[in-house]
Amino acid sequence: MAITSIKNLKEFSTANERFEGAHLLCPGCAHSMIVRELMNCTDDNLVIASNTGCLEVSTAVYPYTSWDTSWIHIGFENAATAASGAEAMYKARKRKGTLKDPDAPVKFVAFGGDGSTYDIGFQWLSGAVERGHDFTYICLDNENYANTGGQRSSASPIGANTTTAQAGRFSYGKKEKKKDMVAIMAAHGAPYVAQLAPNKWKIMAKGFQKALETEGPCFINTVSACTTEWKFDPKDTIHVTDLATDTLMFPIYEIIDGHELNILYRPKNIIPVEEYLASQGRYKHLFKPENKHVIERIQKDIDAKWEYLQRREEARV
Amino acid sequence: MAEKMELNDIEVWDGNYAASQALRQAQVDVVSAYPITPSTPIVESYGAYVANGYVDGEFVMVESEHAAMSGCIGAAAAGGRVATATSSQGFMLMIEVLYQASGMRLPIVLTVVNRAVASPLNVRGDHGDMYAGRDSGWVQIDAFNAQEAYDLTLCAFKIGEDMDVRLPVMVHQDGFVTSHTAQNVKPLQDDVAYNFIGKYQPYEEMLDFTKAVTYGAQTEEDWHYEHKAKQHKALMDSRDVIDRVFAEYKELTGREYNRVEKYFMDDAEVAIVALGSAVETARYAAEELRAEGIKAGVVAPRCFRPFAFDGIREALENVKAVSALDRSCPMGAMGTLFNEVSAALYTNDKRPIISNYIYGLGGRDFSVAEAKRIFKEQKAHADAGHLTTPIQQFSGLRGPKLGFFETKRGN
Ligand SMILES: Cc1ncc(C[n+]2csc(CCOP(=O)(O)OP(=O)(O)O)c2C)c(N)n1
Ligand code: SF4
Ligand SMILES: [Mg+2]
Repeated sequence: MAITSIKNLKEFSTANERFEGAHLLCPGCAHSMIVRELMNCTDDNLVIASNTGCLEVSTAVYPYTSWDTSWIHIGFENAATAASGAEAMYKARKRKGTLKDPDAPVKFVAFGGDGSTYDIGFQWLSGAVERGHDFTYICLDNENYANTGGQRSSASPIGANTTTAQAGRFSYGKKEKKKDMVAIMAAHGAPYVAQLAPNKWKIMAKGFQKALETEGPCFINTVSACTTEWKFDPKDTIHVTDLATDTLMFPIYEIIDGHELNILYRPKNIIPVEEYLASQGRYKHLFKPENKHVIERIQKDIDAKWEYLQRREEARV
Repeated sequence: MAEKMELNDIEVWDGNYAASQALRQAQVDVVSAYPITPSTPIVESYGAYVANGYVDGEFVMVESEHAAMSGCIGAAAAGGRVATATSSQGFMLMIEVLYQASGMRLPIVLTVVNRAVASPLNVRGDHGDMYAGRDSGWVQIDAFNAQEAYDLTLCAFKIGEDMDVRLPVMVHQDGFVTSHTAQNVKPLQDDVAYNFIGKYQPYEEMLDFTKAVTYGAQTEEDWHYEHKAKQHKALMDSRDVIDRVFAEYKELTGREYNRVEKYFMDDAEVAIVALGSAVETARYAAEELRAEGIKAGVVAPRCFRPFAFDGIREALENVKAVSALDRSCPMGAMGTLFNEVSAALYTNDKRPIISNYIYGLGGRDFSVAEAKRIFKEQKAHADAGHLTTPIQQFSGLRGPKLGFFETKRGN
């Protein structure tokens, strides 16, 4: 095992076989692409903590495990804390000289869905980042509670049809804006925060590497297209993700030390958001005439956010 | 290297300080904690050891008790000694994670300073929190005074970390009555205490990269039952290790501990079964009543879990009347200790008359006079050959007497 470059996708995707392909995620689920990429972008040993969610229930069903590395799951909300505890133990044992191999390089990583990251595990994540543990937290943001059948989370966008914020005769789906988790984590003063996507796999791999190499707590929100709850054909995961990044529904950018913002991907042709919305069943109802204003609102929000990001980048503050 | 602390043969410590000294001497690798009355001083004292070089492990002050136990789990799975402290609401917030700690068979030590559970909010001692932990799969050991809080915290590490146990252990003490009352405590010197516990032995640790480990897997109806039954077996099997550790501790210090503590039970005619500081009150009362010719004795489960079903039965089989005292509101049932003691006695042909007292909720004082009155009621039952009071009573409660359950036995 060894990763030499992130030039060739075929080479890169098989660099480190530490995440077994035999798992129970849906065909076409982006979670596995993101996890695999994280595990392939470093040769260091990994201690990984996962919150409850699709990733966890699909990769560690006794007597099997997909994790050829140290892995722990406690509950829905506390992977950040599990990682902080393990990292604290590493420091203590290193100091006391009780590690089996004190020179073995190790990185601590936590994975959480948007449900555990934006909602139930928010406090645990915030605490772990405030305490400054040396770990990287990766949110697999599919904008809903997928594992339990597609309920709303505070990451679900306006207009999305979820089972607990349903579209119907008197409803266009979720009414509230998506929580800006990237800004919130940057406001913690975390040394590295980013939003990345698996279709832009080189940018994502470099971002992951940067986070792992940065000392201190890093946060990355990854766009994770969910074929089951977003309702698109499993073969279209990357296509849908392309639309997400090229409509700027998910802008790709990083924030260093809480202030230095860099846009990492600028679409050559910015696509109108309708195309992204039309690619998924969860937005189908928005194309009824009475819901046209919702699409307009979404486009307006996207434009405003893009403007904001560009100005922040220019201002270097 | 952590600096050593010179200790006097006899120190004047309260229960909290005694517990914190045991954590220091155990050279815990990671303490992940959150403060709450009345256990806060354990965490604060530990913070002072850290600040002054008496501890060289990590001290992680997290943002909640749920996180405190979550951090302990992550740390324990990474292969080192782990401990924390809590009480009451903090304990309740931890509960989800307590089950996860024991389910993953991680030897974490939790010092619990018992306090009532809101609402209404109350900072004083009762056993509401201890009882809430009873199905969590932890070993639960109960200290009745500061010396015991010290001794049993040292023992807790040795029990939980034993390769035949590998389970988390709680050491309970009563809020304020024990935690904040300074008493004479005979500590061990640092080396002696540490050597008694021994070096931590990592097992299936996340920081040994020669072997991948998966912690916290999922099991459904195909395997869950077997896992839980195996966990129960581990808890039951810990009885032998507890006995062995107590025996070794006695050899070292002369201080004797048993899973069931018996006081004046050789010839007792009437008995009280209790937990916590009330045990000492009841012992004092028993001693005074002996002078009055009443053969009173006291039985105390030192281990609330694993419950000494056999030991309790044997301790009580020759008494005529016994009362189980519960310092927690039974909420729609008989008291927990009453139920467990009754169940143990039911498996014997000889079944003493048994009754239940609820007492001391929210820190209401439990006096020697009250204990004596309870003993005297037992004596009246014994003489009459049947219960002469309602089977469940509320001792020290203002207002009209409460009683809800009937007994048809012996009347
Ligand atoms: C304390 C607690 N509350 C609720 C649940 C039920 N639950 C498990 S996973 C989940 C949703 C997960 O959503 P997310 O974090 O977005 O991950 P995804 O499955 O979408 O990847 C819920 C509600 C739980 N396991 N624990
Ligand atoms: S439901 Fe969605 S997130 Fe869950 S495994 Fe399927 S595609 Fe992936
Ligand atoms: Mg989700």
